[in-house]
Amino acid sequence: MSWFTRKDKGIQTPTEAKREAPDGLWYKCPDCGKIMHTREHKLLAYTCSNCNYHERIGSQEYFELLFDDTLYTELDAKMSSGDPLHFTDTKAYPDRIRATEKKTGLKDAVRTGHGKVNGRDLVVACMDFGFIGGSMGSVVGEKIARAMDYSLAHRIPFLMISKSGGARMMEAGFSLMQMAKTSAKIALLDKAGIPYISLLTDPTTGGVTASFAMLGDFNISEPGALIGFAGPRVIRETIGKDLPKGFQSAEFVQEHGFLDFIVDRKELKDRLASLLDIIWKG
Amino acid sequence: MRTLLDFERPIAELEARIEEMKRLAAEKDLDVSSATAVLEEQLIDLKKETFRNLTRWQRVQLSRHPDRPYSLDYIQRICDDFIEIHGDRQVGDDKAIVGGFAKIDGRPVMIIGQQKGRNTKDRQFRNFGMPNPEGYRKALRLMKMAEKFGVPVISLIDTPGAYPGLEAEERGQGEAIARNLREMFVLQVPVICVVIGEGASGGALGIAIGDQVLMLENTWYSVISPESCSSILWRSWDYKEQAAEALKLTASDMMGNGLVDGIIPEPLGGAHLDYDAASEILKAEILLQLDKLEAIPAERRIDQRIEKFSGMGVFVE
Ligand SMILES: [Zn+2]
Repeated sequence: MSWFTRKDKGIQTPTEAKREAPDGLWYKCPDCGKIMHTREHKLLAYTCSNCNYHERIGSQEYFELLFDDTLYTELDAKMSSGDPLHFTDTKAYPDRIRATEKKTGLKDAVRTGHGKVNGRDLVVACMDFGFIGGSMGSVVGEKIARAMDYSLAHRIPFLMISKSGGARMMEAGFSLMQMAKTSAKIALLDKAGIPYISLLTDPTTGGVTASFAMLGDFNISEPGALIGFAGPRVIRETIGKDLPKGFQSAEFVQEHGFLDFIVDRKELKDRLASLLDIIWKG
Repeated sequence: MRTLLDFERPIAELEARIEEMKRLAAEKDLDVSSATAVLEEQLIDLKKETFRNLTRWQRVQLSRHPDRPYSLDYIQRICDDFIEIHGDRQVGDDKAIVGGFAKIDGRPVMIIGQQKGRNTKDRQFRNFGMPNPEGYRKALRLMKMAEKFGVPVISLIDTPGAYPGLEAEERGQGEAIARNLREMFVLQVPVICVVIGEGASGGALGIAIGDQVLMLENTWYSVISPESCSSILWRSWDYKEQAAEALKLTASDMMGNGLVDGIIPEPLGGAHLDYDAASEILKAEILLQLDKLEAIPAERRIDQRIEKFSGMGVFVE
């Protein structure tokens, strides 16, 4: 079982010290204005103690929330973007990548890892909206595809946490084909009978919605998340009308039959474990 | 009345001159054949020259040419018999995607295509070639039926995108496209996809997972249209030419990047100048590919389909 040795080598230590807020740091809820201590906010899985607003968080926070003792093997941690089209808009693509790497400390818009959730093995791919709007280029597609291969090879359930504005325009055709690539891997997971849970978080739109995010055996979400194919602005311009209140919210999408359930982030880990406990013998 | 793009104008003018000369000659009973022969040679040179040097944006313009043949124009010419099948069995019949059983050179196929309209009324009827979820679901139903009866699938792509409407969202546009991607990978029958006009993003990809993905010479296929790309990245609609260049969206770009499998030539001057010739070329290519694909066992064909798309991407490790 070679992956156990890989796991030992790849163990990530939680960066608690860096992320723990010093006393006197406060979080203000953008929805209701409630002011909370950042430590309290973190203890509530980054939700508001007053209105339950779910703050957008990144892969690091989700891994800390989900993996037992924040222990996990990160997969393909070093993979980063090429510039296949020598794309330049107002900025050259490689410069944009380097600047974003520096700003976020991330290599691209998804991180993948294998760890335990209440003692059960789970492979998790989690997107980072902070990296060029969580856009999907070759790295995002490839890392998800490889993590799914890993799931297949070791027969471990797969959790995808989506958070994306859609395509990475600077990779044009390559970006588009990541939708195909990831969907192909999901067909293989499906055939192998391995559970695939898709958690769509705020926001999940565009090509991500139209590929892996909507293909879960279970499509689940967090309260209030924006989920759609076309973005609200585009739809508003197309139909020439304001959109109804709550349009494209997780609750709306569930009402229309495309989500299995909405889970409060504070209960996410336990709900996932319960679900796996019922459907997966391992 | 033909619609002329800017770069088609000099060609049309020369054509008109030749016609005029011939008309006058006929009227006055003169022999001008040597003079017109020279001009006709010039015409061919001019066409070749113009089409060799097309910019990416000009290809986009050609792909959207108002006279360009649409799916049903090809189906009519390629198929001996076409039995159109309607509806997704759930919500309705999307007019932006047509499909049905047919025979090509005596061989049974399922042929599916995105369909645009020719005049204002027809364009609205076809929703400008922008499918709703029921269009994708109809396409999948037809593909599954083809699989059941062991008939290969031909898919013609020509869309400015999946429809970004209110009801489309309510009925799960994203889910409909996503499901097609997954299901097309495991279809037991051969699948040939041809971009015949516009291949815009997920709306195109939703019927474009195939063993062979081909593009006609004057088409484009990318993750976003040059106009939308311009508006997002340059924050203005005025950079569509630059965006088209940057997106590398032509058939030869896509072929060069290994993202499609082949380019199908069009008659000189573009498919819109000769529907019959364009259809003949397309038909010959489809038959050629069918021969090749039907020789491969189904499971291997599926493995190869998955492997091909799995290899797409450029990254550094
Ligand atoms: Zn609040």
